[in-house]
Amino acid sequence: MSTTAIALPPGASLTDNLLEVSMGPQHPSTHGVFRMDVALDGETVVKLKPIFGYLHRNHEKIAEDETYLGSMPYTDRLDYFCSLTNNWAYALAVETLAGITVPERAEYLRVITAELTRLQNHACLIGFLMQDMGASGTPLMYAFREREKILDLFESLTGARMMCNYMRFGGCRVDPPAGWLAQTQQVVDAFPRFLDEFENLLSSNEILMARTQGIGIVSRELAINAGITGPLLRAAGVNYDLRKVDKYGIYDRFSFRIPLGDHGDVYDRYMIRLLEMRESCKILQQALRDIPEGPFTDPKTKIRNFRPKPGEAYGRIEAPKGELGFYLISDGSPNPYRYRVRPSSLINLTILEDMCLGHNIADVVIILGSIDIVMGEVDR
Amino acid sequence: MSPEHAFAVATFLRDQRGFDYCSNVTGVDWPVKEVSQKVKVKKLVDGVETEVEEVQKSLTGGYLEVVYHLYSMEQKTGPVILRMRTQDRAEGVHLPSLTPIWRSADFQEREIFDLYGVIFDGHPDLRRILMWDEFTDHPMRRDYVEPDDYEYEPTAHDEVLRKTEAHYANKFGDSAV
Repeated sequence: MSTTAIALPPGASLTDNLLEVSMGPQHPSTHGVFRMDVALDGETVVKLKPIFGYLHRNHEKIAEDETYLGSMPYTDRLDYFCSLTNNWAYALAVETLAGITVPERAEYLRVITAELTRLQNHACLIGFLMQDMGASGTPLMYAFREREKILDLFESLTGARMMCNYMRFGGCRVDPPAGWLAQTQQVVDAFPRFLDEFENLLSSNEILMARTQGIGIVSRELAINAGITGPLLRAAGVNYDLRKVDKYGIYDRFSFRIPLGDHGDVYDRYMIRLLEMRESCKILQQALRDIPEGPFTDPKTKIRNFRPKPGEAYGRIEAPKGELGFYLISDGSPNPYRYRVRPSSLINLTILEDMCLGHNIADVVIILGSIDIVMGEVDR
Repeated sequence: MSPEHAFAVATFLRDQRGFDYCSNVTGVDWPVKEVSQKVKVKKLVDGVETEVEEVQKSLTGGYLEVVYHLYSMEQKTGPVILRMRTQDRAEGVHLPSLTPIWRSADFQEREIFDLYGVIFDGHPDLRRILMWDEFTDHPMRRDYVEPDDYEYEPTAHDEVLRKTEAHYANKFGDSAV
């Protein structure tokens, strides 16, 4: 007598039936309009294909019809969590192209705003990761409480909380208002206490460890070959941080360390982000201590009728999500002939399938959460 | 870099020169463009040799270019920039894929295929990535023209409309529609 309750068609067995699940784009864990076609054997992932493009507006084409400066506000919308680092990467590419120098004070302002961006991005990412894991709300709200303080600083500096549009070729748009640096100092001084609190609550949490350790492992070789950058790469144990390698801006003046992981799993990525926030606090302390008086923008740079000489440039910085690069070709006209964004979120997704194979469907959510993607940058 | 040797050159760079990290892959469109250049030429004018300025016209472009930015994570050096050009912009748009060497080129080559129409031979999974599968043109080309019915996407709408019209015509006669 058969023991199966369900009558199977002749010749079929329970093991060879795969279930295809379309996760997203309206799935709450996909961090935006991102879709994955997943083939499941029971609960185990045997195939996964990422599908995107729902937010595609051809940012690069728009920028080719726009003046160099006109693209600056558009870069805010790429990775809308980190508009200031996007601004910096673009400004850096144009400055390399046109040979513009940046005054001291502007360099310090850039470092301060970029590191504040990194703080709020990493804090929120950990919050989102916990949310994906089922810790509904609480860790995320702790992170958002801190983020709010940083967004207030951005608002008083640039006028906008998220779409800051702050950097200009050869400097920054405005000088900080009176008292802004002291206010920033307060936020930075208080930040490690939040990190301690966060770590006490989470780092040795049994559920967190059980769900993240040994999940989504990326080997060192694969990470390098697949062009993974940012905290993901460093969690796999590769010491490659553009702040140390390229030393763009004035990063050679600060003493800070690059935290590295040795397992390359989700827990390592979580830990790397926490440690990076501590290092960012160190950089901020030094930058706030050393920031000089002076002009905040290079007065010689033309704002109107800005036409760089024909040529090309590739500028890249260490954005919170990885290497963000801008590749520009100028033909001497007021708008770029070619404008290319090297999106770290998109390229970090290359090995999503390799990370997920063999894991449960519930782990896919966590692995995706640990990559840290923003669809505005993936789709452009 | 000529496309025939691209794969060998790239393998050499990765294995012998340590360029293990391919950061950025992108396409550039260079349509045919007329360039005029002023050249001074010696000419016999009325039997006397004089220098005359002459405008020489030449055609450039007419190909798609793919650019690779390579870095070395071990030696912390770079970038080395590789460029490949297609024969033309219509039929001869085949280039060898470097995805088997650097996996980071995977999505980026798919994007170039999608937006520029370069066909990468040897790519494991060459499909459209940002535009939908039914889309036919390549929007990043310089001569791309937006379709008039930009918002149009194939739906069952027209079919439903025809059925409705037929239904009303049957029921109430032609005057009802």
